[in-house]
Amino acid sequence: MHQTFDQKTLTRQLAAAERRNKVKAFLLVLPLLLFVLASFIVPIASLVWQGGYSDTFANALPETSKLLGAWDSRSPVSEDLVKSFVTELKASKLKDPAIPTRVATVVNREQSGSVSKFKQVMSASDLASPYKEKLSALSSEWDKPDIWRAMKIVAPSFTPRFYLQAVDLRLTAEGDIKPESDENAIHLLLFGRTLMVAALVTLFCALLGFPIAYLLAHAETKTSNMLLIIVLLPFWTSLLVRTTAWIALLQQNGVVNDFLVAIGLIDNDHRLVMMYNMFATLVAMTHVLLPFMILPMFSVMKTIKANLVRAALSLGATPWTAFWRVYFPQTIPGLGAGCLLVFILAIGYYITPALVGGQSGQLISNIIAFHMQKTLNWSLASAIATLLLIGVLLLYWLYNRLVGIDKMKLA
Amino acid sequence: MKFLKLDFPPYATGLEIAWFFAFRAICIAIFVFLVAPILVIIPLSFNKESFFSFTSGMLALKPEAYSLKWYRDIFANGMLAPDAPLSLDWFKDSWMRSQWMIALKNSIFVGVSATAVATTLGTLASVGLSRPEMPYRGLITGILISPMIVPIVITAAGMFFFFSQIGLSQTYIGLVLAHALLGTPFVVITVTATLTSFDRSLMRAAANLGANPLTAFFKVQMPLILPGIISGGLFAFITSFDEVVVVLFLAEPDQRTIPRQMWSGLREQVSPTILAVATILILISLVLLMSLELTRRRMERLKMDAHS
Repeated sequence: MHQTFDQKTLTRQLAAAERRNKVKAFLLVLPLLLFVLASFIVPIASLVWQGGYSDTFANALPETSKLLGAWDSRSPVSEDLVKSFVTELKASKLKDPAIPTRVATVVNREQSGSVSKFKQVMSASDLASPYKEKLSALSSEWDKPDIWRAMKIVAPSFTPRFYLQAVDLRLTAEGDIKPESDENAIHLLLFGRTLMVAALVTLFCALLGFPIAYLLAHAETKTSNMLLIIVLLPFWTSLLVRTTAWIALLQQNGVVNDFLVAIGLIDNDHRLVMMYNMFATLVAMTHVLLPFMILPMFSVMKTIKANLVRAALSLGATPWTAFWRVYFPQTIPGLGAGCLLVFILAIGYYITPALVGGQSGQLISNIIAFHMQKTLNWSLASAIATLLLIGVLLLYWLYNRLVGIDKMKLA
Repeated sequence: MKFLKLDFPPYATGLEIAWFFAFRAICIAIFVFLVAPILVIIPLSFNKESFFSFTSGMLALKPEAYSLKWYRDIFANGMLAPDAPLSLDWFKDSWMRSQWMIALKNSIFVGVSATAVATTLGTLASVGLSRPEMPYRGLITGILISPMIVPIVITAAGMFFFFSQIGLSQTYIGLVLAHALLGTPFVVITVTATLTSFDRSLMRAAANLGANPLTAFFKVQMPLILPGIISGGLFAFITSFDEVVVVLFLAEPDQRTIPRQMWSGLREQVSPTILAVATILILISLVLLMSLELTRRRMERLKMDAHS
């Protein structure tokens, strides 16, 4: 036999062709990957960064920051430190009139009352050497170490204090970690509440979703297609519309209360409080997330052979045993997928608790939005968000290992 | 309907028959829980009074207890002259100044642009992902789907920080990019699902007959996976059309969308106008659901034809 091709060349050409194909496939994905990187991964990274970084103080008062860093936080503050503080604060106003207030707000979070002390300094016109005495003439507070200690805490730009605050811990001026005072310690409570609500909603969805998925999977195709539309209608309806619906139903003068009064079950003066509390959050979230439970269970149950149950029955199992020992174990993949999906979605829920939850029904996402929009403590919001993100990504990884994201189906 | 079929086998025990009815009763109760809240909104939106509940007149089905005033309010709220007689000028005024009309225009503009971006990038990526040679498929799919999993507040906060730095916050471009990002996972999921049943030898056949890869894609592959692309696009559009958190964080007041308008309506002044808007949105989602069902049926028919 005559060999036209050298075997080595052939192998090399084949490898090159395969590599080309790989590159081609990757190039098709690349635009979206870059887009996701730029508009999602980088923003998320900047959020994680923001949770450990806050340069408001150090930017406005760079020299003071250095001196505060060198100060041992117990001995009386030096004249140099006070002088640099006063001159830099006054100078910062020239750059942007909003800066002193911003700095004061940051210090105020560590030591309440600092804003008014800062205002005194800003409005005093005759501050000159000796600065220390001039300041203590303004207020005796400037003699005490407390406000300086607060400034020492906020002076460094890179700081673990927001991440500590997110788990109800506090950084002291000495660099020790102490538990947060009771009235400020709300984050762990909210994390706990969020986990509990997510678990309860998952449980309710599983209990309500199982019979429906069973019915859909084992009814005739025509019936099940029609019933599937009933399941999908809420899925396709705007989240805000569904939330509006629950407000109309559950409020004091709402449809449910009217109905209960009309049939005489409750007294007109004792209408049930079902809106703007935890109850409303649970009901509305269960309603919103139920389709996410039904659909994966349905697709698994559809593949379960009915004759296995029949075989169990003919071998003498009671209907309950046949269901529990033969049918139910086969639904575990669908049930698990649904539960994990609902739990992941519930843990980050924001809109529904914000609209129907009142005070008692707020979840961890709501406190993130609160710090983003109301207190403008963006670093704290970022730190809490990062912790939530870690939890969600762990669950997502678990979901991918157990179910596989490529198995995720929509409708 | 087989749903309530009543031919029990002779050996069925009383308990089994009781369970049969109990099970159906439970299922009906759950279906009521699923659908009733949505359906209740529709009659309430025709309420003459500004309540979120049925008046006694409504329950007695008196025509004078019902009105279309909240539907009129959708058009009139924000107009210069809402009481002017109905004419072309009235509609012009409404189209230019009504708060809901402005919101609608914003929603459609952002939604359509975001859908276009998401569908194009998502389809392209799905074609790449479903090639057998694709390297690191699992990892990359995981990254591409993650915007769907990460809580929206986190995504919106991150975008707020980053988009502010590069000057994209409070712009339409920023909003469109953000909504496109949220829509891409849906496109990737639906299109890759459709591609699993796509016969790749068709592409080789097309190449064999002289088509270049682009022609082969547009003439052979795309028509066959079109139902998947359409439903992915629909999902992307719905995602944008229903999105409020990113709008709250990124958009300026002029860039109000329909959900943003509903949000402030629910938090500030609760008026039945919201119920009227909600009714219209329910009808829209019904239409979308029906069109999706039709594409699904078409796809099934195509599959049947292909196999016969």
